[in-house]
Amino acid sequence: MTTPYTTVPEAASRRGVRARLARAARWLTTPLDPDDYLGSLNALWPAGEPRGRVEAVLPETPDAATLVIRPGRGWVPHRPGQWVRVGVDVDGVRHRRAYSLSSPPGHHGGLLTITVKEVPDGLVSRHLVRRTEPGTILHLSRPEGEFVLPDPLPPKLLFLTAGSGITPVMAMLRGLPTGRAGGAGGTPDVVLVHSAPAPENVIFGAELRSLAARVPGLRLYERHTRSEGRLRPEELPELCPDLLERDIWVCGPAAMLEEVTAYWTGPADRLRVERFLPAAQVADGAGGPVRFTRSGREADADGGTPLLVVGEEAGVLMPSGCRMGICRGCLVRLSSGRIRDLRTGRIHGEAGDLVQTCVSAAAGPVEIEL
Amino acid sequence: MPTTVDVEAFGRAMDRIRDEVLATLGEDDARYIRGVIALQRKLELTGRALLFASWLPPAWAAGTAALATAKILENMEIGHNVMHGQWDWMRDPKIHSAAWEWDNASPSEQWKHSHNFVHHTWTNVLGKDRDIGYSAMRVSPEQPWHPVHLAQPFYNVLLALFFEYGIAVYDVELERLPKGGKDPKEALEQLRAIAGKVRRQVVKDYVAFPLLTGPCLLPTLLGNFTANLVRNVWGHTIIFCGHFPEDAAFFTEEQTEGETRGEWYVRQLLGSCNIDGGPLLHLMSGNLSHQIEHHLFPDLPSNRYAEIAPRVRALCERFGLPYNSGSLARQTGSVWKRIMRLALPGPSRPEERDLPTARLREVG
Repeated sequence: MTTPYTTVPEAASRRGVRARLARAARWLTTPLDPDDYLGSLNALWPAGEPRGRVEAVLPETPDAATLVIRPGRGWVPHRPGQWVRVGVDVDGVRHRRAYSLSSPPGHHGGLLTITVKEVPDGLVSRHLVRRTEPGTILHLSRPEGEFVLPDPLPPKLLFLTAGSGITPVMAMLRGLPTGRAGGAGGTPDVVLVHSAPAPENVIFGAELRSLAARVPGLRLYERHTRSEGRLRPEELPELCPDLLERDIWVCGPAAMLEEVTAYWTGPADRLRVERFLPAAQVADGAGGPVRFTRSGREADADGGTPLLVVGEEAGVLMPSGCRMGICRGCLVRLSSGRIRDLRTGRIHGEAGDLVQTCVSAAAGPVEIEL
Repeated sequence: MPTTVDVEAFGRAMDRIRDEVLATLGEDDARYIRGVIALQRKLELTGRALLFASWLPPAWAAGTAALATAKILENMEIGHNVMHGQWDWMRDPKIHSAAWEWDNASPSEQWKHSHNFVHHTWTNVLGKDRDIGYSAMRVSPEQPWHPVHLAQPFYNVLLALFFEYGIAVYDVELERLPKGGKDPKEALEQLRAIAGKVRRQVVKDYVAFPLLTGPCLLPTLLGNFTANLVRNVWGHTIIFCGHFPEDAAFFTEEQTEGETRGEWYVRQLLGSCNIDGGPLLHLMSGNLSHQIEHHLFPDLPSNRYAEIAPRVRALCERFGLPYNSGSLARQTGSVWKRIMRLALPGPSRPEERDLPTARLREVG
């Protein structure tokens, strides 16, 4: 496999020239960026903001699909196992969720894939799996995460996955060298223990089975939990007698990560777990504790008092304006939690949203960047 | 005509319209604003490209027209409305009131304060809404007359031509400096921000692009200057038509004390005037041709004003409230008539204007 990375000095000098050009071009496009104009001509041209265009949506299981994405000029190559924040417009409103990339870098001419499993009542996952058409533009982040393979590879690896937890591991497996086991450039000794409810629910099932048949060093253990029950960590030594000699990557539901972490007795740095970000807490609109993250102040808010008043009474320097929801002088960033629009009763809010504190109340625990 | 009006019932009817629109915002609205933004940027690129051939008079005319249209769209339908937060619901970090900067001398931060907060909260309240005559003109008989007002028709023309600079400097509230109503340090900081913005705007339109077009330096310079001038005059016209035709009402601070939601709606209605016209006029005026709907619902997306205008108008009729609407020519004529009349002293008893203000006092 060819490496997608340019050598460092060359890339740096190219970036330097590009940055100077961009600064010069900004005199022509002020107050906007050249990217804003490029993006109006072709959504994939802006270099300052990673975007992608959906090329195909491939069903994987009854409730999961792989999105094949052509990244734009702003994309930075990822390492297998990393995740990306995906911004997608649902009914005109931008939503952001994190998904692991299931493709290794340089896959099929630079195409990326994310594999999404529809979660019950999941607005974004349902939209991505069921309603996304080729041509849709996705707003990406830089790839992030430390759930990656070290270089050089350790001699023995164990991947422990469940459900859609297979996605980051799939990127690693697809990027593994496929030469003779043990030799230089050969496949290391890899064990994959993957759980799913039934054979038809195994995301990448066919590909995993064919990889295991083809790649000499790869051993696959599939666990079908509906018929065989959930895998307990105590069963691991049986499946993998040299467990303690292995470097382990675990990705799956939170309960599984906790169990395995508690069970593991080997060196801590050989156990790597990937926690998917928790979904926004369900809020009932009854108010809750409000924390102002920068000033460190805290207050208890009821469901009817504007956050602006809550903050002012707690001694936080709150920006404010008309105090009736028209001027947007009070916008602050929500770090976490859900809020209620006092005008409509609508409960909304995601981490990173700018919210109007003068007409919003806490609808549960809330954190504000102030 | 009824002497009293059920102001709170009118307010509730307005709230219902607002809730209905908010509940139906979706993909079509998002497509609309993105479409206008894409159109505006392509128009601007086209205009700038045509000016590279501006030694040919038709290319100069077409390029200048495209650029002027792009600048008008950018200021009115896009900039003004995005900065109102009309599109914040999309949660697109690029098309957001907190992030938008416009092609205008006035830095968005300052403009959002003086426009969204001061003007929209205190619409047409004497001594509070500084947009009344932009502190330089006498547009209401309650404002005391001064000989300097004799020249106001002349400096209204100047203001129209250089509207963007007028607005930028006006935001600094220099007139409050001598009496200590404004911190000089703050004013200086604001002026610095304006200077920084103006510098970039001037370099773009009057240095960088003319130099780039090489042999077409002078025609490009002239084209850019003309485009800015056209944009300024158009913006000035639309905005003056929105609040200063002869039927628009002004209010005193006492009248707004303890104002209820319903009374706030009525004040916004009485202080605003619409311009009749087709979809092109609405687009080019940033839908400020629906100034009444904009003032009732400043943060509803502008593409929805046209559909709610007939409902607002019908409700006004039912509640016996005036709904001031007229053609562009009529409203412009009316504005100029007012500016000319009030350049002279008097009238001491503004009989024709007593009507709406008195009515509000009665109903409020």
